[in-house]
Amino acid sequence: MSGKEGSGGFRKRKHDNFPHGQRREEKENANPSSALMTSFKSFQLELDTRHDKYERLVKLSRDITIESKRTIFLLHRFTSAPNGEEILKESEVKLDAVRQKIKQVAQELIGEDMYQFHRAISPGLQEYVEAVSFQYFIKTRSLISVEEINKQLIFTAEDREETTNTTSNSRDKQPHTWSLKVTPVDYLLGVADLTGELMRLCISSVGNGDIDTPFELSQFLRQIYDGFTFIGNTGPYEVSKKLYTLKQSLAKVENACYTLKVRGSEIPKHMLADVFSTKTELIDQDEGLP
Amino acid sequence: MSVSDMFAALQGALGQDQDIREEIRKVVQALEQTAREILTLLQGVHQGPGFQHIPKKCQKAREHFSTVRTQMESLKTKFPADQYYRFHEHWRFVLQRLVFLAAFVVYLESETLVTREAVAEILGIEADRERGFHLDIEDYLSGVLTLASELARLAVNSVTAGDYSRPLRISAFINELDSGFRLLNLKNDSLRKRYDGLKYDVKKIEEVVYDLSIRGLNKEATVGAGGEK
Repeated sequence: MSGKEGSGGFRKRKHDNFPHGQRREEKENANPSSALMTSFKSFQLELDTRHDKYERLVKLSRDITIESKRTIFLLHRFTSAPNGEEILKESEVKLDAVRQKIKQVAQELIGEDMYQFHRAISPGLQEYVEAVSFQYFIKTRSLISVEEINKQLIFTAEDREETTNTTSNSRDKQPHTWSLKVTPVDYLLGVADLTGELMRLCISSVGNGDIDTPFELSQFLRQIYDGFTFIGNTGPYEVSKKLYTLKQSLAKVENACYTLKVRGSEIPKHMLADVFSTKTELIDQDEGLP
Repeated sequence: MSVSDMFAALQGALGQDQDIREEIRKVVQALEQTAREILTLLQGVHQGPGFQHIPKKCQKAREHFSTVRTQMESLKTKFPADQYYRFHEHWRFVLQRLVFLAAFVVYLESETLVTREAVAEILGIEADRERGFHLDIEDYLSGVLTLASELARLAVNSVTAGDYSRPLRISAFINELDSGFRLLNLKNDSLRKRYDGLKYDVKKIEEVVYDLSIRGLNKEATVGAGGEK
């Protein structure tokens, strides 16, 4: 189809009078120093700065998550055997390293509203709560409080280089102190995840011939479950969601205790391990055990 | 502390949080009502005779904004001042809407883009976080993008009402706005989605300008209105 140019023809192509080329030039030459463009340049800077900080915090949170998870795996290897003390010591070293990362988070957040970046760091903090409360349970057979956790997250400057400018909005009372407070919700979510690890501990401790721990765990988990039931739906949605998994973990532990009680007298200890190494469903179906 | 004591204390904290949110919700509802009133008022400019009444509508809208300022004062008292972002989600939507309405009023009055500081003043809040309850930059930008859609619609209705010069001025304004937004590095969030709509607004206005120019209507308009800026 040959295009007709100019004003000779009746039909004009859309482009002829639609000043595309001209308009493109106009756009590209939008006065770069107009008030509007200047504002938008400053918006660009502000948004980039904010996003960069968010990304740094996400990276820290991921490191915190990974190292906390590794600590949990390490703690699962704990038994009352001689190397138990070593494992606990090593876990403390690992958790100290995690706390150093949390210190960096606290430093990034100086002068900022923590809640603006909360979504970036929440997963890491929950995993940390899970790890530190797991270690605490192994050591003391009790639940660490959120206050105790936060006490360990107060950091002081070790050398000159760490001095930063603080604003009047900063949480810190002295110039060289940083702290991070784990929120009640992050604490609850971490504790909810802890119950999953405790359930695994229960199953594996029977395999190690430890038949006292399951009953301790059963009681402990029930207390936690009661606590979550008390909170019910008054917390945020994420907390209510965890309740379901918590119930399942508790049920597995209670079933393990039942099996131990009922069958413990019949089965030699070394075979008890086999009973618990299969999946829970098989344990339920397993009626014909001699 | 026993486990049950710990959970009782946590429940206390959660309950407190819920109470604060309930108070905030009440004020936000009042703000939403005022925003609706301003919107209804300003929507009138799209009608034929509405064009003549623009100055009056702007004036009335500004009166409503003083109600907004009072409600904002009340909102500021409902939560600790340093926890703005903890509760930000509650008022984010209405604040974006109010930014749009303020920007619309300012555009109708002066055909310029209202600055962040000016909007903050109209709404009775701060422009900087450090100074108190502030306008977040992303909420400002979202409100401005809503203005772009509104102006695309206004361009269409201007032509229908016989005003052939306004679309040309809107076109220049929106194109500059588009250039500004192209400077921003946005993440894949709601602001980015809203920004993606801007190109359709730009296209719609370009089509209006095109329709006018092929019919020579824009030339009549420029002779009358004193040229495209």
